[in-house]
Amino acid sequence: MTTKIEINRVSAWFGKHRAIKNISLNVPEKTVTAIIGPSGCGKSTLIRCINRMHETIPGTRTEGEILVDGTNVLKQDPVGLRRRVGMIFQKPNAFPTMSIYENVVAGLRLNGVRDRAKLEEVAVQSLRKAALWEEVKDQLHKSGTGLSGGQQQRLCIARALAVNPEVLLMDEPCSALDPISTARIEDLIHELRSTYTVVVVTHNMQQAARVSDQTAFMYLGELIECGETKRIFTNPQEKRTEDYITGRFG
Amino acid sequence: MTHIHIDKFFEEELRELKEAILKMGSLVEDMIDRSMRSLMDRNGAIAEEVIRRDYDVDQQEMDIDELCAQLLALRQPAASDLRFIIVGLKITKDLERMGDLAVNVSEESLELLKEPMLKPFVKLPMMGEKTRAMIKEALDAFVARDAERAEAVLRQDDDVDELNGRIRAELIEVMKQDAANISRGMHRITVARHYERMADHATNIAEEVIYMVKGRDIRHGRGS
Repeated sequence: MTTKIEINRVSAWFGKHRAIKNISLNVPEKTVTAIIGPSGCGKSTLIRCINRMHETIPGTRTEGEILVDGTNVLKQDPVGLRRRVGMIFQKPNAFPTMSIYENVVAGLRLNGVRDRAKLEEVAVQSLRKAALWEEVKDQLHKSGTGLSGGQQQRLCIARALAVNPEVLLMDEPCSALDPISTARIEDLIHELRSTYTVVVVTHNMQQAARVSDQTAFMYLGELIECGETKRIFTNPQEKRTEDYITGRFG
Repeated sequence: MTHIHIDKFFEEELRELKEAILKMGSLVEDMIDRSMRSLMDRNGAIAEEVIRRDYDVDQQEMDIDELCAQLLALRQPAASDLRFIIVGLKITKDLERMGDLAVNVSEESLELLKEPMLKPFVKLPMMGEKTRAMIKEALDAFVARDAERAEAVLRQDDDVDELNGRIRAELIEVMKQDAANISRGMHRITVARHYERMADHATNIAEEVIYMVKGRDIRHGRGS
């Protein structure tokens, strides 16, 4: 299986605090990798390093290398990188002043696409890929924020897909959603796997078990264990992984 | 499992499951012990008691199944907890079958009481004792989460199989000598086969304990 993302000895700081410590991890192409771990373990920071969001916060820095298709992202133009590596956040963040349609094509417009037919084609395709088309096809020009939380999150996914990324980073994409909306997003993650490489950070271990091919467990900024999801959830090799996923403490 | 769960109710439920399996295990061990005694002592009352106790084993099996289903649905266990519950379900099934086999031995014992003793028992008590010891060891390995003890149980199964073969051969000779021996000979061969099956269930439990402890499935030559 081809490696899409290769993380080599990456550390990241917030001021003097080292949030992630010397992490190395390979993400295979067109698979779903879940990153689990307790609050503050550095899992969001790790994925925010992949598309260089981490360094947008003043006082932060990153060391090591993160290769996407063999090229170190830490030495690339971050704007171009974020076209290839999209991100979905915990809270759906549809642009409030824009319609559903405008939300989806916002990224393309920013990239200078003006051809209306092209924009419409991409909007329909992206909404279909995000499993939202059937629900919104008759209200494309209504406000994006008028949708339910789950629909808004799929709208954000459609918006991320519209710029044709290769990697999707998802930071707790379902934590603000009800179980039905969560199931829809999880189903969508399954679908997306055939085209995209997905890395999802989640607090919900059952979700990690359901949606991912491999699972990485982080604790206090370190990567403790990474392996095939079914093995991690039935027979983890590390005591700390075992204790975390079974809800134990020392 | 040195650490305890943050959720103390889950911890309590797992303990409850373990205790229920042990209680069922000790009841089945006692039934096997008594089935052997009814045979050796030619005591019909003990045989009938074993038959009556099967009801309790069946009830316990259903209670444990229900508890496991509840734990799986409500707690969504993972890793060693998941393996423990899966193994709990399987061990219960093995114990229930052993209880049935103890009943079958007791039924044979009642049949044998209808006629004079064919010949003194020599190897059958040895076989019964070995089988009972295997069951005890397998359950002790379960409690102690000890894969090495479970592996030792697996090695004993060959001895029981060998004893079964020898008992069978001897009884066939006895039956050949006189047609009047056939009925009693067949009952005794059946008893030996029941103990051999019980030992197989003890072996199953030992394999399940190894899976529970190591997460490795060694059944059917896997993992060897």
